[in-house]
Amino acid sequence: MSDLAGRLRPAATSALVPLGAVVVAILVGAGVMAAAGVDPLRGYDAMVRGALSVSNIDFAVASFTAILAMSLAFALPARMGEYNLGGDGQLALGGIAAAVIALHLPAPAALLLPVCLLAGALGGAALASVAAPLSTRAAVPVIISTLLLSAPAVALTSYLVRFPLAESGSSVPQTPRLPDAAHLPSFPGTSYTNAGLVVVLLVLLLAVHVDARTPVGYEIRVAGANRGFAAYGGLSVPRLTLGTLAAGGAAAGLAGAIIVMSQPFRFIDDALTAPGYTFAGIAAALLAGGRPALLPVTAALFTILTVGSAGMERDVDVPRQLGQVLQAVVILVLALRVLASRWTARRAADAAGRKG
Amino acid sequence: MDVVNLAFVAAVLGSSAPVLYAALGGALCGRAGLFNMALEGQLLWGAFSAVTVSWWTGSAWAGVVAAVVTTTVFSGVLALGAVTWRADPIIVAVGMNLLALGLTGFLLRELLDATGTFAPAGLPGLPDLDLLDGVPVLGALLGGQTLLVPLALLLAVAASLWVNRTSVGLRLRGVGEHPEAATSLGVVVPRYQRATVLLAGALCGLGGAQLSLGDVTAFTENMTSGRGWVAVAAVMLAANRPLLVLGACLLFGAAEAWGFRLQGLGMPQQLTDAAPYLVTLVVLVASRLRVRRRLDEADPVAAVSAAHPEAVVHPEETR
Repeated sequence: MSDLAGRLRPAATSALVPLGAVVVAILVGAGVMAAAGVDPLRGYDAMVRGALSVSNIDFAVASFTAILAMSLAFALPARMGEYNLGGDGQLALGGIAAAVIALHLPAPAALLLPVCLLAGALGGAALASVAAPLSTRAAVPVIISTLLLSAPAVALTSYLVRFPLAESGSSVPQTPRLPDAAHLPSFPGTSYTNAGLVVVLLVLLLAVHVDARTPVGYEIRVAGANRGFAAYGGLSVPRLTLGTLAAGGAAAGLAGAIIVMSQPFRFIDDALTAPGYTFAGIAAALLAGGRPALLPVTAALFTILTVGSAGMERDVDVPRQLGQVLQAVVILVLALRVLASRWTARRAADAAGRKG
Repeated sequence: MDVVNLAFVAAVLGSSAPVLYAALGGALCGRAGLFNMALEGQLLWGAFSAVTVSWWTGSAWAGVVAAVVTTTVFSGVLALGAVTWRADPIIVAVGMNLLALGLTGFLLRELLDATGTFAPAGLPGLPDLDLLDGVPVLGALLGGQTLLVPLALLLAVAASLWVNRTSVGLRLRGVGEHPEAATSLGVVVPRYQRATVLLAGALCGLGGAQLSLGDVTAFTENMTSGRGWVAVAAVMLAANRPLLVLGACLLFGAAEAWGFRLQGLGMPQQLTDAAPYLVTLVVLVASRLRVRRRLDEADPVAAVSAAHPEAVVHPEETR
């Protein structure tokens, strides 16, 4: 019995910290709303309705698709200790790649849809992959190289939609509307939510399977736990780095492709990066503590925060950036999870001392 | 030297000053053994608080003081989280950068009632160094700049002297290079690290103020747009040496100034905007390759861990 309790306690504390982080963030948000002169209950009500009410849920699920994919973009390389912060660039590059293929390849939907999705994934993967040799050969940390590569990639897509790919006669920097064959089929009754959700869920299942059930997944986790040991044990750290970064970039590029192939079926400058999917994804991945199977739950939470804060701004006039603030609070509290583990370690040591 | 070239050098100095402040702070932290990646958020916060207080008080210098004070307080999150509580400094930095982005956007609307950009008529900016007008070379270089630009250059030299020529600087280096030895000599390692992080916060405050009250007098959401990350790259490039940090930042400034030139010649802004990041990355890779080659020959293990400089050194864990 005490054995079971002993085994349950670490599990309970490991769930306690993420829950605690969310609770702290909600309390901070309530404090901020109160300071801004808004009843926190009304504010949170507006936030939840902004994401989950009948008229908003369609768009929210589409955002969930993007945020889930972006959480994979961060979580996959993070599994071996590499931080991919360049999601914006990979997202934008994936989106533009899909748009270019859709606009220039006359093909039926059955061919065009997978090719466009693949092009998006390849676009994101190509950009993220650059960071791998920079880390393993030139010792430039991935966290810096992905960020420094992201800004030029976003700038490049911005240039492309303003000049070579611009819709003629439009004042908005955007591509022409993609042909019908490149529109992801939506579900009955939805206009934003579409087959992209299914694609991302399949990718997630694949990631969970590889992570938990395959040798490669095990190798990645070994390299994350101790890179020197992994190299000593004969694992190719450069190859694993390249693989995880390419996979993460592909997830981000896929998100970009899905956004472009959904309503309003164009690449609009800024439309991919402005909603902040990248950081919502990072926060979701951190909250899931690297376990891919938990990503749908945490991604759903940050979707409510991201999409809902726009509704909160509309209804009770609290600036939508509160959503970002709450994400940041969750990340900061999670960073302090070491405190909790140290506290439980001390408790365990005390208990052992009392027994002995 | 003709005036056009001096004007170019002046533009380089102006562009690099905010990055230089942040990078100097980052380099000092690096010397104390802590990889400070929260520079972007601290710069952004500094820029915002400088504009806000300058608008409220009508004095740009009050804005500068507020930026220094509040950014130092903000950097306390890193000092407390990563040093005192030994949390992962990367995660703390990611959280701080996002917090600064969200909070400045939020307060921009709540306090200043603006969305996107705040640049009202009558927002006091820092004055140019008019008294240098007419002085031969100096007038052309610094006459159109604020006092914070030459101050950044002086601070780079001062930081170099401080780190290399004073006993406190020696202890600081000891804290970073060999915390165990420093501890055995009675140096309290976390205290030095905390103080350095706070100092970096103050420097980022100055950099942010120069960004929002210097060349332009305005605050725009996310106006740092990656400058803090360029500063992090500059710190790596210079291997924490303040004078080399100065060189790296001037390079960034030159890329940005070239970008503006090319824009003047009709090159699209979207492409020239990318130049500083690409130049920084290329130079960083080139320099790291050289270091790596040297390390590979001397110490292959160090070469592997060189790609992960972000781990904080804690004396009790190296024991």
